[in-house]
Amino acid sequence: MKIKLYDIAHSRAGDKGNTLTLSLIPHKEEDFPLLCQQITVGLVKQHLREIVKGGIVRYELPNISSLLFVCHDALSGGVTTSLRMDTHGKSLSYALLEMEIEYNRKSVPHIGLVET
Amino acid sequence: MKEKIRIGCGAGFSGDRLEPAIILAERGELDYLVLECLAERTIALAQKRKLQDSNKGYDILLERRIHSLLPGLKKNKVRLITNMGAANPLAAANKIVEIAKELNLEISVAAVTGDDVFDMIDSQQKAIETNEALSLSGKLISANAYLGADAIIPALETNADIIITGRVADPSLFLAPMIHEFSWPLNEYNLLAKGTVIGHLLECAGQITGGYFADPGKKDVPGMSELGHPFADVFANGSALISKVEGTGGLINLQTAKEQLLYEVLNPYEYYTPDVIADFTTVQLKETAKDIVAVDSGSGKQRPATYKVSVGYHAFYLGEGEISYSGSNAMGRAELAASIIKERLKHSFPDLQIDYIGSNPLHQTSFKNANEPYEIRVRIAAKANSAEKAAIIGEEVEALYTNGPAGGGGVRKYVNEVIGIVSTLIRKEKIQPSITLFHS
Repeated sequence: MKIKLYDIAHSRAGDKGNTLTLSLIPHKEEDFPLLCQQITVGLVKQHLREIVKGGIVRYELPNISSLLFVCHDALSGGVTTSLRMDTHGKSLSYALLEMEIEYNRKSVPHIGLVET
Repeated sequence: MKEKIRIGCGAGFSGDRLEPAIILAERGELDYLVLECLAERTIALAQKRKLQDSNKGYDILLERRIHSLLPGLKKNKVRLITNMGAANPLAAANKIVEIAKELNLEISVAAVTGDDVFDMIDSQQKAIETNEALSLSGKLISANAYLGADAIIPALETNADIIITGRVADPSLFLAPMIHEFSWPLNEYNLLAKGTVIGHLLECAGQITGGYFADPGKKDVPGMSELGHPFADVFANGSALISKVEGTGGLINLQTAKEQLLYEVLNPYEYYTPDVIADFTTVQLKETAKDIVAVDSGSGKQRPATYKVSVGYHAFYLGEGEISYSGSNAMGRAELAASIIKERLKHSFPDLQIDYIGSNPLHQTSFKNANEPYEIRVRIAAKANSAEKAAIIGEEVEALYTNGPAGGGGVRKYVNEVIGIVSTLIRKEKIQPSITLFHS
Protein backbone atom coordinates (compact mmCIF):
# COMPACT_ATOMS: atom_id res chain seq x y z
CA MET A 1 0.00 0.00 0.00
CA LYS A 2 1.04 3.59 -0.55
CA ILE A 3 1.48 5.70 2.55
CA LYS A 4 2.89 9.15 3.22
CA LEU A 5 6.42 9.50 4.56
CA TYR A 6 4.71 11.42 7.37
CA ASP A 7 3.26 8.12 8.59
CA ILE A 8 6.63 6.50 9.23
CA ALA A 9 9.23 9.26 9.49
CA HIS A 10 9.99 12.71 10.83
CA SER A 11 12.17 15.50 9.50
CA ARG A 12 13.71 18.85 10.41
CA ALA A 13 14.74 21.53 7.94
CA GLY A 14 17.87 23.64 8.29
CA ASP A 15 19.34 26.46 6.24
CA LYS A 16 22.76 27.74 5.24
CA GLY A 17 22.60 30.60 2.77
CA ASN A 18 20.66 29.38 -0.25
CA THR A 19 21.01 25.73 0.75
CA LEU A 20 18.27 23.76 2.46
CA THR A 21 19.00 20.70 4.59
CA LEU A 22 16.29 18.12 5.30
CA SER A 23 16.81 15.21 7.66
CA LEU A 24 14.64 12.14 7.24
CA ILE A 25 14.39 9.92 10.29
CA PRO A 26 12.16 6.84 10.57
CA HIS A 27 10.11 6.55 13.76
CA LYS A 28 11.13 2.88 13.85
CA GLU A 29 14.76 2.18 12.99
CA GLU A 30 13.66 -1.01 11.17
CA ASP A 31 12.18 1.22 8.44
CA PHE A 32 15.56 2.76 7.61
CA PRO A 33 16.46 0.32 4.77
CA LEU A 34 13.10 1.04 3.15
CA LEU A 35 13.81 4.78 3.16
CA CYS A 36 17.29 4.18 1.71
CA GLN A 37 15.80 2.04 -1.03
CA GLN A 38 12.83 4.19 -2.03
CA ILE A 39 13.59 7.81 -1.19
CA THR A 40 16.12 8.42 -3.92
CA VAL A 41 17.64 11.73 -4.94
CA GLY A 42 15.72 11.58 -8.22
CA LEU A 43 12.33 11.17 -6.53
CA VAL A 44 13.02 13.89 -3.96
CA LYS A 45 14.13 16.22 -6.74
CA GLN A 46 10.90 15.50 -8.61
CA HIS A 47 8.77 15.92 -5.47
CA LEU A 48 10.38 19.23 -4.49
CA ARG A 49 10.71 20.62 -8.02
CA GLU A 50 8.79 23.81 -7.14
CA ILE A 51 11.19 24.48 -4.27
CA VAL A 52 14.65 23.09 -5.04
CA LYS A 53 16.19 24.58 -8.17
CA GLY A 54 19.69 23.13 -7.80
CA GLY A 55 21.19 19.72 -7.14
CA ILE A 56 20.43 17.45 -4.21
CA VAL A 57 22.96 15.31 -2.34
CA ARG A 58 21.77 12.44 -0.16
CA TYR A 59 23.82 11.24 2.81
CA GLU A 60 23.15 7.95 4.59
CA LEU A 61 23.91 7.81 8.30
CA PRO A 62 23.42 4.16 9.31
CA ASN A 63 24.78 4.84 12.84
CA ILE A 64 21.69 6.86 13.60
CA SER A 65 19.42 5.26 10.96
CA SER A 66 18.85 8.57 9.23
CA LEU A 67 19.09 10.22 5.83
CA LEU A 68 20.11 13.79 5.13
CA PHE A 69 19.20 15.66 1.93
CA VAL A 70 21.29 18.72 1.14
CA CYS A 71 19.36 20.78 -1.43
CA HIS A 72 21.13 23.56 -3.33
CA ASP A 73 19.53 26.72 -4.69
CA ALA A 74 16.41 26.06 -2.64
CA LEU A 75 15.72 29.19 -0.62
CA SER A 76 14.93 31.78 -3.29
CA GLY A 77 18.38 33.34 -3.19
CA GLY A 78 19.07 32.81 0.49
CA VAL A 79 17.69 33.34 3.95
CA THR A 80 18.70 36.96 4.31
CA THR A 81 17.36 38.34 1.04
CA SER A 82 14.46 36.07 0.08
CA LEU A 83 11.01 37.58 -0.48
CA ARG A 84 9.27 34.45 0.72
CA MET A 85 7.40 34.44 4.01
CA ASP A 86 9.30 31.46 5.39
CA THR A 87 12.72 32.78 4.44
CA HIS A 88 14.53 29.98 6.27
CA GLY A 89 12.44 27.27 4.65
CA LYS A 90 11.77 25.91 8.13
CA SER A 91 8.36 24.55 7.14
CA LEU A 92 9.82 22.53 4.26
CA SER A 93 10.43 19.46 6.44
CA TYR A 94 6.71 18.85 6.09
CA ALA A 95 6.92 19.20 2.31
CA LEU A 96 9.32 16.26 2.23
CA LEU A 97 7.00 14.23 4.48
CA GLU A 98 4.21 14.62 1.88
CA MET A 99 6.11 12.17 -0.35
CA GLU A 100 4.54 8.78 -0.82
CA ILE A 101 6.26 5.49 -0.20
CA GLU A 102 5.27 1.94 -1.10
CA TYR A 103 4.89 0.08 2.16
CA ASN A 104 4.72 -3.65 1.68
CA ARG A 105 3.96 -4.86 5.16
CA LYS A 106 0.40 -6.08 5.62
CA SER A 107 -0.14 -4.22 8.83
CA VAL A 108 1.77 -1.43 10.44
CA PRO A 109 0.39 -1.29 13.96
CA HIS A 110 2.85 1.36 15.14
CA ILE A 111 1.37 3.89 12.74
CA GLY A 112 -2.17 2.64 13.09
CA LEU A 113 -2.41 1.31 9.52
CA VAL A 114 -4.02 -2.07 8.98
CA GLU A 115 -4.71 -3.28 5.44
CA THR A 116 -7.98 -5.08 5.04
CA MET B 1 41.75 17.92 36.58
CA LYS B 2 38.01 17.30 36.68
CA GLU B 3 36.60 14.05 35.34
CA LYS B 4 33.23 15.51 34.46
CA ILE B 5 31.78 18.94 33.83
CA ARG B 6 28.21 20.00 33.32
CA ILE B 7 27.46 22.58 30.62
CA GLY B 8 23.97 23.98 30.10
CA CYS B 9 22.58 25.88 27.15
CA GLY B 10 20.05 28.50 28.20
CA ALA B 11 19.42 30.25 24.87
CA GLY B 12 19.62 29.08 21.28
CA PHE B 13 18.93 32.37 19.51
CA SER B 14 18.77 36.06 20.35
CA GLY B 15 15.01 36.05 20.92
CA ASP B 16 14.94 32.91 23.04
CA ARG B 17 12.93 32.73 26.27
CA LEU B 18 14.61 33.98 29.44
CA GLU B 19 13.15 31.58 32.00
CA PRO B 20 14.78 28.26 31.00
CA ALA B 21 18.24 29.78 31.53
CA ILE B 22 17.24 31.00 34.99
CA ILE B 23 16.11 27.48 35.90
CA LEU B 24 19.42 26.07 34.61
CA ALA B 25 21.42 28.62 36.61
CA GLU B 26 19.48 28.07 39.81
CA ARG B 27 18.68 24.34 39.77
CA GLY B 28 20.87 22.86 37.05
CA GLU B 29 23.97 22.22 39.19
CA LEU B 30 25.99 23.52 36.27
CA ASP B 31 29.66 24.33 35.95
CA TYR B 32 29.05 26.43 32.83
CA LEU B 33 26.04 28.10 31.29
CA VAL B 34 26.21 29.01 27.60
CA LEU B 35 23.85 31.46 25.91
CA GLU B 36 24.06 31.36 22.11
CA CYS B 37 22.36 34.51 20.88
CA LEU B 38 23.96 35.46 17.59
CA ALA B 39 22.48 34.53 14.22
CA GLU B 40 24.15 35.38 10.91
CA ARG B 41 22.37 38.67 10.51
CA THR B 42 22.13 39.67 14.18
CA ILE B 43 25.68 41.01 14.26
CA ALA B 44 25.18 43.26 11.22
CA LEU B 45 22.12 44.79 12.88
CA ALA B 46 24.15 45.21 16.08
CA GLN B 47 26.91 46.91 14.10
CA LYS B 48 24.38 49.48 12.90
CA ARG B 49 23.33 50.20 16.50
CA LYS B 50 27.00 50.61 17.43
CA LEU B 51 27.49 53.16 14.65
CA GLN B 52 24.64 55.22 16.10
CA ASP B 53 25.90 54.90 19.71
CA SER B 54 29.40 53.60 20.51
CA ASN B 55 28.15 52.26 23.87
CA LYS B 56 25.63 50.00 22.13
CA GLY B 57 25.90 47.18 19.63
CA TYR B 58 25.54 44.27 22.05
CA ASP B 59 22.53 41.96 22.26
CA ILE B 60 19.33 43.90 22.93
CA LEU B 61 18.21 41.42 25.60
CA LEU B 62 21.58 41.49 27.41
CA GLU B 63 20.41 43.68 30.29
CA ARG B 64 17.31 41.59 30.96
CA ARG B 65 19.12 38.26 30.70
CA ILE B 66 22.05 39.29 32.90
CA HIS B 67 19.83 40.94 35.48
CA SER B 68 17.76 37.82 35.92
CA LEU B 69 20.69 35.38 35.78
CA LEU B 70 23.44 37.00 37.85
CA PRO B 71 22.17 36.11 41.35
CA GLY B 72 21.79 32.41 40.50
CA LEU B 73 25.09 32.25 38.63
CA LYS B 74 26.94 33.88 41.50
CA LYS B 75 25.29 31.82 44.24
CA ASN B 76 26.00 28.53 42.49
CA LYS B 77 29.43 29.49 41.09
CA VAL B 78 28.35 28.90 37.51
CA ARG B 79 30.51 30.54 34.83
CA LEU B 80 28.67 32.12 31.93
CA ILE B 81 29.94 31.99 28.34
CA THR B 82 27.93 33.97 25.81
CA ASN B 83 28.24 35.66 22.43
CA MET B 84 25.83 38.41 23.51
CA GLY B 85 28.68 40.87 23.00
CA ALA B 86 27.63 40.85 19.31
CA ALA B 87 29.26 43.87 17.64
CA ASN B 88 30.55 45.34 20.91
CA PRO B 89 31.80 42.87 23.57
CA LEU B 90 33.65 45.65 25.47
CA ALA B 91 30.51 47.76 25.91
CA ALA B 92 28.62 44.58 26.86
CA ALA B 93 31.20 43.80 29.57
CA ASN B 94 30.87 47.34 30.92
CA LYS B 95 27.10 47.00 31.03
CA ILE B 96 27.35 43.65 32.88
CA VAL B 97 29.65 45.21 35.49
CA GLU B 98 27.16 48.06 35.90
CA ILE B 99 24.33 45.57 36.50
CA ALA B 100 26.46 43.63 39.02
CA LYS B 101 27.10 46.84 40.97
CA GLU B 102 23.37 47.56 41.06
CA LEU B 103 22.82 44.08 42.47
CA ASN B 104 25.74 44.44 44.90
CA LEU B 105 27.50 41.45 43.39
CA GLU B 106 31.22 41.17 42.96
CA ILE B 107 32.10 39.75 39.57
CA SER B 108 34.74 39.88 36.90
CA VAL B 109 34.03 39.80 33.21
CA ALA B 110 36.35 38.88 30.34
CA ALA B 111 35.54 40.32 26.92
CA VAL B 112 36.90 38.44 23.91
CA THR B 113 37.61 40.60 20.87
CA GLY B 114 39.28 40.16 17.51
CA ASP B 115 36.37 38.86 15.44
CA ASP B 116 35.61 42.29 13.96
CA VAL B 117 37.66 42.31 10.74
CA PHE B 118 35.79 45.04 8.91
CA ASP B 119 38.98 47.08 8.51
CA MET B 120 40.95 44.08 7.32
CA ILE B 121 38.85 42.75 4.49
CA ASP B 122 39.22 43.97 0.96
CA SER B 123 35.89 44.83 -0.66
CA GLN B 124 37.28 43.45 -3.91
CA GLN B 125 37.71 40.05 -2.24
CA LYS B 126 35.30 37.47 -3.62
CA ALA B 127 32.20 36.29 -1.78
CA ILE B 128 31.92 32.51 -1.53
CA GLU B 129 28.23 32.51 -2.49
CA THR B 130 28.40 34.77 -5.54
CA ASN B 131 32.02 34.37 -6.64
CA GLU B 132 31.98 38.14 -7.21
CA ALA B 133 33.60 41.03 -5.33
CA LEU B 134 32.00 41.67 -1.92
CA SER B 135 31.35 45.29 -2.90
CA LEU B 136 28.98 44.16 -5.67
CA SER B 137 26.53 42.78 -3.09
CA GLY B 138 25.80 46.25 -1.69
CA LYS B 139 27.11 48.76 0.84
CA LEU B 140 29.12 46.74 3.38
CA ILE B 141 28.10 47.14 7.02
CA SER B 142 30.04 44.55 9.00
CA ALA B 143 32.58 41.75 8.70
CA ASN B 144 33.07 39.30 11.54
CA ALA B 145 35.25 36.21 11.60
CA TYR B 146 33.99 33.07 13.29
CA LEU B 147 36.59 32.66 16.05
CA GLY B 148 37.21 29.28 17.63
CA ALA B 149 37.54 27.80 21.12
CA ASP B 150 41.17 28.92 21.30
CA ALA B 151 40.02 32.56 21.46
CA ILE B 152 37.94 31.78 24.58
CA ILE B 153 40.44 29.63 26.49
CA PRO B 154 42.65 32.56 27.69
CA ALA B 155 39.50 34.10 29.17
CA LEU B 156 38.70 30.84 30.97
CA GLU B 157 42.23 30.82 32.40
CA THR B 158 41.46 34.05 34.25
CA ASN B 159 39.07 34.09 37.19
CA ALA B 160 36.34 35.71 35.07
CA ASP B 161 32.81 34.73 36.07
CA ILE B 162 31.45 35.83 32.73
CA ILE B 163 33.06 35.46 29.32
CA ILE B 164 31.48 37.63 26.69
CA THR B 165 32.33 37.33 23.01
CA GLY B 166 31.30 38.63 19.62
CA ARG B 167 31.25 36.24 16.68
CA VAL B 168 32.46 32.77 17.67
CA ALA B 169 31.44 29.50 15.99
CA ASP B 170 28.50 28.22 18.03
CA PRO B 171 29.97 24.81 19.01
CA SER B 172 33.22 26.51 20.07
CA LEU B 173 31.36 28.23 22.94
CA PHE B 174 30.85 24.73 24.39
CA LEU B 175 34.13 23.16 23.29
CA ALA B 176 36.23 25.85 25.02
CA PRO B 177 35.35 24.85 28.61
CA MET B 178 35.94 21.16 27.74
CA ILE B 179 39.43 21.92 26.40
CA HIS B 180 40.10 24.11 29.43
CA GLU B 181 38.87 21.68 32.10
CA PHE B 182 40.17 18.46 30.57
CA SER B 183 43.43 19.90 29.22
CA TRP B 184 42.68 18.53 25.77
CA PRO B 185 45.58 19.28 23.39
CA LEU B 186 44.52 21.44 20.45
CA ASN B 187 45.74 18.79 18.02
CA GLU B 188 43.74 15.90 19.50
CA TYR B 189 41.23 16.16 16.70
CA ASN B 190 39.07 13.21 17.75
CA LEU B 191 38.48 14.80 21.16
CA LEU B 192 37.82 18.20 19.59
CA ALA B 193 35.34 16.56 17.22
CA LYS B 194 33.54 14.84 20.10
CA GLY B 195 33.29 18.12 21.95
CA THR B 196 32.06 19.82 18.80
CA VAL B 197 29.30 17.22 18.39
CA ILE B 198 28.19 17.85 22.00
CA GLY B 199 28.25 21.60 21.36
CA HIS B 200 26.24 21.19 18.17
CA LEU B 201 23.63 19.11 20.02
CA LEU B 202 23.28 21.79 22.73
CA GLU B 203 23.66 25.03 20.76
CA CYS B 204 20.01 25.42 19.75
CA ALA B 205 18.85 24.93 23.35
CA GLY B 206 15.18 23.89 23.16
CA GLN B 207 15.62 22.22 19.79
CA ILE B 208 16.94 19.11 21.56
CA THR B 209 14.43 19.20 24.42
CA GLY B 210 11.35 18.96 22.22
CA GLY B 211 11.00 22.67 21.47
CA TYR B 212 10.79 22.23 17.69
CA PHE B 213 9.43 18.72 17.56
CA ALA B 214 5.83 18.44 18.71
CA ASP B 215 3.17 17.20 16.30
CA PRO B 216 0.03 16.38 18.29
CA GLY B 217 -0.94 12.72 18.12
CA LYS B 218 2.23 11.88 16.22
CA LYS B 219 5.13 13.25 18.23
CA ASP B 220 3.71 14.42 21.56
CA VAL B 221 5.82 16.52 23.90
CA PRO B 222 4.76 16.90 27.54
CA GLY B 223 4.77 20.17 29.45
CA MET B 224 5.60 22.41 26.51
CA SER B 225 4.60 25.64 28.23
CA GLU B 226 7.42 25.13 30.74
CA LEU B 227 9.88 23.59 28.29
CA GLY B 228 13.30 23.08 29.86
CA HIS B 229 16.60 23.74 28.11
CA PRO B 230 19.37 21.12 27.97
CA PHE B 231 22.62 20.42 29.75
CA ALA B 232 25.34 17.88 29.08
CA ASP B 233 27.45 15.98 31.55
CA VAL B 234 30.69 15.84 29.59
CA PHE B 235 33.41 13.37 30.51
CA ALA B 236 37.15 13.73 29.98
CA ASN B 237 37.10 11.10 27.20
CA GLY B 238 34.66 13.25 25.17
CA SER B 239 31.52 11.23 25.79
CA ALA B 240 28.47 12.94 27.25
CA LEU B 241 25.00 12.50 28.67
CA ILE B 242 22.48 15.06 27.42
CA SER B 243 19.61 15.79 29.75
CA LYS B 244 17.55 18.59 31.32
CA VAL B 245 16.55 19.81 34.76
CA GLU B 246 14.16 17.46 36.57
CA GLY B 247 10.60 18.76 36.61
CA THR B 248 10.89 20.95 33.50
CA GLY B 249 8.74 20.27 30.46
CA GLY B 250 9.78 18.87 27.11
CA LEU B 251 11.61 15.64 26.32
CA ILE B 252 14.99 14.40 25.21
CA ASN B 253 15.09 11.15 23.30
CA LEU B 254 16.77 9.56 20.28
CA GLN B 255 14.39 11.34 17.91
CA THR B 256 15.04 14.85 19.21
CA ALA B 257 18.78 14.17 19.35
CA LYS B 258 18.91 12.84 15.77
CA GLU B 259 16.97 15.83 14.43
CA GLN B 260 19.36 18.21 16.16
CA LEU B 261 22.51 16.32 15.16
CA LEU B 262 21.63 16.74 11.47
CA TYR B 263 20.30 20.29 11.80
CA GLU B 264 21.97 22.70 9.34
CA VAL B 265 24.64 20.14 8.46
CA LEU B 266 25.87 20.53 4.89
CA ASN B 267 28.13 17.48 4.87
CA PRO B 268 27.98 15.04 7.78
CA TYR B 269 31.42 13.65 6.90
CA GLU B 270 33.01 17.08 7.19
CA TYR B 271 31.46 19.55 9.60
CA TYR B 272 33.74 22.60 9.55
CA THR B 273 34.43 24.73 12.59
CA PRO B 274 37.48 26.90 13.36
CA ASP B 275 38.60 24.12 15.78
CA VAL B 276 38.28 20.91 13.80
CA ILE B 277 36.64 19.21 10.83
CA ALA B 278 34.27 16.78 12.53
CA ASP B 279 32.81 13.57 11.10
CA PHE B 280 29.20 13.24 12.30
CA THR B 281 28.65 9.88 10.57
CA THR B 282 30.59 8.09 13.32
CA VAL B 283 28.49 9.52 16.16
CA GLN B 284 26.64 7.04 18.36
CA LEU B 285 23.47 8.06 20.19
CA LYS B 286 21.76 5.95 22.83
CA GLU B 287 18.76 6.52 25.06
CA THR B 288 19.95 5.44 28.49
CA ALA B 289 17.02 6.58 30.64
CA LYS B 290 14.00 8.85 30.45
CA ASP B 291 15.18 12.22 29.09
CA ILE B 292 18.82 11.12 28.93
CA VAL B 293 20.68 10.52 25.66
CA ALA B 294 24.28 9.32 25.66
CA VAL B 295 26.50 10.60 22.86
CA ASP B 296 29.82 9.02 21.99
CA SER B 297 32.27 8.54 19.13
CA GLY B 298 32.61 11.17 16.49
CA SER B 299 36.00 11.65 14.89
CA GLY B 300 37.85 14.59 13.45
CA LYS B 301 40.73 15.92 11.42
CA GLN B 302 42.83 19.06 11.31
CA ARG B 303 40.97 22.36 11.27
CA PRO B 304 41.10 24.69 8.26
CA ALA B 305 43.83 27.36 7.98
CA THR B 306 41.25 30.07 7.43
CA TYR B 307 38.41 31.63 9.40
CA LYS B 308 35.03 32.03 7.77
CA VAL B 309 33.98 35.68 7.73
CA SER B 310 30.35 36.72 7.69
CA VAL B 311 29.91 40.02 5.82
CA GLY B 312 26.77 42.09 6.28
CA TYR B 313 25.62 44.49 3.57
CA HIS B 314 22.68 46.75 2.96
CA ALA B 315 20.54 44.75 0.53
CA PHE B 316 17.22 46.56 -0.02
CA TYR B 317 14.02 47.75 1.60
CA LEU B 318 11.26 45.18 1.77
CA GLY B 319 7.72 46.44 1.22
CA GLU B 320 4.83 44.15 2.14
CA GLY B 321 1.06 44.35 2.23
CA GLU B 322 -1.55 41.77 3.25
CA ILE B 323 -5.32 41.54 2.90
CA SER B 324 -7.78 38.72 3.66
CA TYR B 325 -10.79 37.36 1.76
CA SER B 326 -13.23 34.91 3.30
CA GLY B 327 -16.36 32.97 2.31
CA SER B 328 -17.68 32.00 -1.11
CA ASN B 329 -15.21 32.49 -3.94
CA ALA B 330 -12.56 33.79 -1.51
CA MET B 331 -9.84 32.41 -3.78
CA GLY B 332 -11.36 34.08 -6.85
CA ARG B 333 -11.47 37.46 -5.14
CA ALA B 334 -7.95 37.00 -3.75
CA GLU B 335 -6.59 36.23 -7.22
CA LEU B 336 -8.41 39.25 -8.63
CA ALA B 337 -6.86 41.45 -5.90
CA ALA B 338 -3.37 40.18 -6.78
CA SER B 339 -3.89 40.70 -10.50
CA ILE B 340 -5.08 44.29 -9.91
CA ILE B 341 -1.95 45.07 -7.86
CA LYS B 342 0.25 43.40 -10.44
CA GLU B 343 -1.23 45.54 -13.20
CA ARG B 344 -0.98 48.76 -11.16
CA LEU B 345 2.67 48.14 -10.21
CA LYS B 346 3.99 46.41 -13.32
CA HIS B 347 6.24 49.31 -14.34
CA SER B 348 7.76 50.16 -10.95
CA PHE B 349 7.84 46.61 -9.49
CA PRO B 350 8.24 43.98 -12.22
CA ASP B 351 9.17 41.30 -9.63
CA LEU B 352 6.30 41.07 -7.18
CA GLN B 353 6.11 38.15 -4.79
CA ILE B 354 2.48 37.03 -4.46
CA ASP B 355 1.46 34.52 -1.80
CA TYR B 356 -1.97 33.13 -1.06
CA ILE B 357 -1.61 32.48 2.65
CA GLY B 358 -3.68 29.48 3.66
CA SER B 359 -3.34 27.99 0.21
CA ASN B 360 0.29 27.20 -0.61
CA PRO B 361 2.83 29.96 -0.05
CA LEU B 362 5.27 28.11 2.19
CA HIS B 363 5.63 24.99 0.08
CA GLN B 364 4.98 26.67 -3.32
CA THR B 365 2.49 23.86 -3.96
CA SER B 366 -0.05 21.88 -1.92
CA PHE B 367 0.93 18.55 -3.50
CA LYS B 368 -2.15 16.32 -3.66
CA ASN B 369 -3.99 18.03 -0.82
CA ALA B 370 -5.51 20.84 -2.88
CA ASN B 371 -8.96 21.95 -1.90
CA GLU B 372 -10.56 25.37 -1.89
CA PRO B 373 -9.87 27.08 1.43
CA TYR B 374 -12.69 29.03 3.08
CA GLU B 375 -10.35 31.90 3.80
CA ILE B 376 -7.33 33.32 1.98
CA ARG B 377 -4.87 36.02 2.87
CA VAL B 378 -3.05 37.67 -0.02
CA ARG B 379 0.49 38.82 0.63
CA ILE B 380 2.30 41.08 -1.82
CA ALA B 381 6.03 41.71 -1.31
CA ALA B 382 8.74 43.45 -3.29
CA LYS B 383 12.23 44.88 -3.01
CA ALA B 384 12.88 48.61 -3.31
CA ASN B 385 15.92 50.85 -3.05
CA SER B 386 14.32 53.27 -0.59
CA ALA B 387 11.90 53.01 2.30
CA GLU B 388 9.57 55.46 0.56
CA LYS B 389 9.37 53.32 -2.54
CA ALA B 390 8.92 50.13 -0.50
CA ALA B 391 5.94 51.73 1.25
CA ILE B 392 4.05 51.85 -2.08
CA ILE B 393 3.43 48.09 -1.84
CA GLY B 394 1.45 48.41 1.39
CA GLU B 395 -0.27 51.57 0.18
CA GLU B 396 -1.56 49.81 -2.93
CA VAL B 397 -2.77 46.82 -0.90
CA GLU B 398 -4.55 49.11 1.56
CA ALA B 399 -6.18 50.97 -1.34
CA LEU B 400 -7.89 47.69 -2.31
CA TYR B 401 -10.42 48.61 0.39
CA THR B 402 -12.10 50.97 -2.04
CA ASN B 403 -10.40 50.10 -5.33
CA GLY B 404 -10.51 46.29 -5.32
CA PRO B 405 -12.68 43.17 -4.98
CA ALA B 406 -15.58 42.75 -2.54
CA GLY B 407 -15.11 41.86 1.10
CA GLY B 408 -11.38 42.41 1.61
CA GLY B 409 -10.38 42.96 5.26
CA GLY B 410 -7.58 43.09 7.80
CA VAL B 411 -4.94 44.98 5.82
CA ARG B 412 -1.47 45.17 7.35
CA LYS B 413 1.48 46.90 5.72
CA TYR B 414 5.18 46.77 6.51
CA VAL B 415 8.45 48.34 5.43
CA ASN B 416 11.71 46.80 6.63
CA GLU B 417 15.34 47.42 5.82
CA VAL B 418 16.96 44.15 4.81
CA ILE B 419 20.56 43.30 5.64
CA GLY B 420 22.06 40.60 3.45
CA ILE B 421 24.90 38.27 4.41
CA VAL B 422 27.68 36.84 2.26
CA SER B 423 30.78 34.97 3.37
CA THR B 424 34.45 35.11 2.65
CA LEU B 425 37.62 33.64 4.17
CA ILE B 426 40.54 35.19 6.03
CA ARG B 427 43.91 33.61 6.90
CA LYS B 428 44.07 32.73 10.59
CA GLU B 429 47.41 34.41 11.20
CA LYS B 430 45.90 37.77 10.28
CA ILE B 431 43.75 37.74 13.40
CA GLN B 432 44.96 38.02 17.00
CA PRO B 433 42.03 37.50 19.39
CA SER B 434 42.53 39.20 22.75
CA ILE B 435 40.80 39.49 26.11
CA THR B 436 40.04 42.49 28.32
CA LEU B 437 39.10 42.11 31.99
CA PHE B 438 36.51 44.17 33.86
CA HIS B 439 35.62 44.07 37.57
CA SER B 440 32.61 45.29 39.49
